[in-house]
Amino acid sequence: MTTMDPTVEGAVAETPADAAEPKGNHLPGLSRICGTTGFTVDLTAQKFIQLNAVAAVVCLLIGGIAALLVALTRWPAVHLLPAEWYYRMVTLHGLSMLILWIIFFEIAVLYFAGTVLLKSRLASATAAWISFIMMVVGGGMVAAMVLTGKADVMFTSYAPLKAHQLYYLGVILFAVGTLIGVINFFATIYIAKRDKTYKGSVPLVVFGAITAGIIAVATLLHGAAIYIPTWLWALGVIPNMDPAVYRLVFWGLGHPSQQINVAAMVSVWYLLSAITVGGKVLNQGVSRVAFLFYILFINLASAHHLLVDPGVSAGWKIWNTSYAMYLAVLASMIHGYTVPASVEVALRKQGHDKGLFGWLGAAPWGNPGFSGFFLSLLIFGFIGGITGVTLGTEQINIIAHNTLRIPGHFHSTVVGGTTLAFMAVTYYVVPLIFRREFPLRAICKLQPYVFALGIAMVSFGMSFAGSYGVSRRHWDIEFTGATHAAGYDASVHVWLALVGIGGIVAFTGLLMYVLPVVGAVFFGKKIDGKMTPW
Amino acid sequence: MGISAPPADWFKAPSGTERAWIGLALLWCIVLTLAMPYWHFKGKQNSTGEAYAVEPAKFAARVQSFVASNKVDEKNGIPVVEAAPGGDAYLQAQMWTFYPILKFRKGQTYRLHISSTDIQHGFSLLPINMNFQVLPGYDHVLTITPTMTGDFPIICNEFCGIGHHQMTGKIIVTE
Ligand code: HEM
Ligand SMILES: [Cu+2]
Ligand SMILES: [Cu+2]
Repeated sequence: MTTMDPTVEGAVAETPADAAEPKGNHLPGLSRICGTTGFTVDLTAQKFIQLNAVAAVVCLLIGGIAALLVALTRWPAVHLLPAEWYYRMVTLHGLSMLILWIIFFEIAVLYFAGTVLLKSRLASATAAWISFIMMVVGGGMVAAMVLTGKADVMFTSYAPLKAHQLYYLGVILFAVGTLIGVINFFATIYIAKRDKTYKGSVPLVVFGAITAGIIAVATLLHGAAIYIPTWLWALGVIPNMDPAVYRLVFWGLGHPSQQINVAAMVSVWYLLSAITVGGKVLNQGVSRVAFLFYILFINLASAHHLLVDPGVSAGWKIWNTSYAMYLAVLASMIHGYTVPASVEVALRKQGHDKGLFGWLGAAPWGNPGFSGFFLSLLIFGFIGGITGVTLGTEQINIIAHNTLRIPGHFHSTVVGGTTLAFMAVTYYVVPLIFRREFPLRAICKLQPYVFALGIAMVSFGMSFAGSYGVSRRHWDIEFTGATHAAGYDASVHVWLALVGIGGIVAFTGLLMYVLPVVGAVFFGKKIDGKMTPW
Repeated sequence: MGISAPPADWFKAPSGTERAWIGLALLWCIVLTLAMPYWHFKGKQNSTGEAYAVEPAKFAARVQSFVASNKVDEKNGIPVVEAAPGGDAYLQAQMWTFYPILKFRKGQTYRLHISSTDIQHGFSLLPINMNFQVLPGYDHVLTITPTMTGDFPIICNEFCGIGHHQMTGKIIVTE
């Protein structure tokens, strides 16, 4: 490897310069050399990375507005929305964030990893168009159905609660579009291998992306197994949907898809460690085997959605909550060590060698690509990992199921972890792929801290309120007008206020991300040579 | 680096602190793996998932006959029904109430049958905070022994339509 981010001082090439460089397979006139990193960028891939990333950010903004409205409704002193709109906005928020924002961004990550890092062109521009258009149309249909009140069913749409058939069709279109994108990624890996655009094994980040892609295929097949029958049921072709079977297959889709997010996030961690501080992977074998564990073992963790369901036996629960789930946990514990270690080794090598944590103090905390990545690591590892393992036990699940503890947990994984990591990598995607300079740089530098703080508050508030039994997806903690009076401990008002205030902080952090990105993409100074280092 | 092709001989056994960390993490995972069955057999509170297929209309009929033969009181027009100690009790979830009000005695064990006659609901017992899923077509049987006296609200914690936040029920436990 002869190229390196020159914004990193002391970065060293690993491969001897005299080794013959493999040649890319780009079509003539359809590639460029990045002025900052020296990577060859396929222009077709570049276009689709841009399109998918823009779609992702639009969805993040929509989901963020819904998030703010929902958080302000859960804060009892504000109780903003009427019941109907609260439920509608929870549905929109879940879909727009968990499905649309995350998956659009992941397709962009896959296209980047498959082409730029492997010096390859994108396998098919046609497939990329079809994928993108299907995802936009499907996502648009879903949003339209929700906003017009024809799908007040939450993103889980547990049968026999029924939405308009176009809602399910929209999800199917989006999923098939995603599948086409993932297949295009694998086809790209194939032609890169065939054309020998890289030597030996793929880089670790690509390996992680392949992991995410493999889990995505398995997940999307579960998605077909549940959404196609449900759509036919909504059309009246199939008379009945068994609610327990629905839940089982739905979570066969729903949980492993979180592992796509984890694998994509960990890949982004390795990527950012490399480009922000020149992070070095300690042991390629260890990190790769840890990725493989995600593929092999995570499906069993789907069981933790059904721990208090009728019809699944005690033996099934014990089996599924034990060994294999912990091998997936082991994988995260390994990355949780190797990723910060890669940063530590690199920084020590650059001379920041004082004491036990001198390297950490010397890290580039003013670079949002680094701070976002490291905060994501901390939030995911400490809050997300610990709450997740706790909630996945059979007995604790009895006191946590469907309470706010559950969203409290996953706002520290898929939001504080994955979303923040994706935000962090954007601080490089925009200058390197869109070739635009960020305006409002002071805001960018603060953004990861504001977002992380807000999400930590939301996550803590929900977790503590939930431990008093406060239900998720619930409009009225006073139960006004109910047949039997009910209520919670008065202290939940404090925790729910924390959700509301944290929601305002997190939304501010979200705007501090979206506005500079939009400003950069549409009005930013064009970059011809090197990006301004953070 | 994670973004460049690794050297040809990249596969090496872990060493040093990395190896120690993997060992520790693995050990912890094994401890938790063993804890899962241990807690199930030693713990006092488990969700065994015992359930039977039942048509919603048939379940509603069982609830009716349970109410007819065990009714002891009425509150705001809703029957209060006391199950025989050691016997079966029935609770019907439907948009948007839990029917009827159940009465138990502290220290006695009951088989509580819960099902829904329309869509999915959530059984959440406050303030003890115990939560179970309620599905139409499935008679979910919980074997329970109340350990405290008092009035305990049940709330629905699975989204079930616009009246979801008004869906409640009640269990009364006496000496
Ligand atoms: C500004 C940032 C965010 C805030 C303030 C926020 C806040 C909330 C709140 C208050 C709830 C509702 C809990 C309830 O009443 O049941 C919620 C639910 C949820 N959030 Fe977020 N959130 C944010 C970002 C995200 C992101 C980025 C994702 C995904 C990547 C996400 C995924 C979800 C999901 C899946 C739900 C569950 C919806 C449901 O129960 O159907 N959130 N969020
Ligand atoms: Cu209900
Ligand atoms: Cu409900």
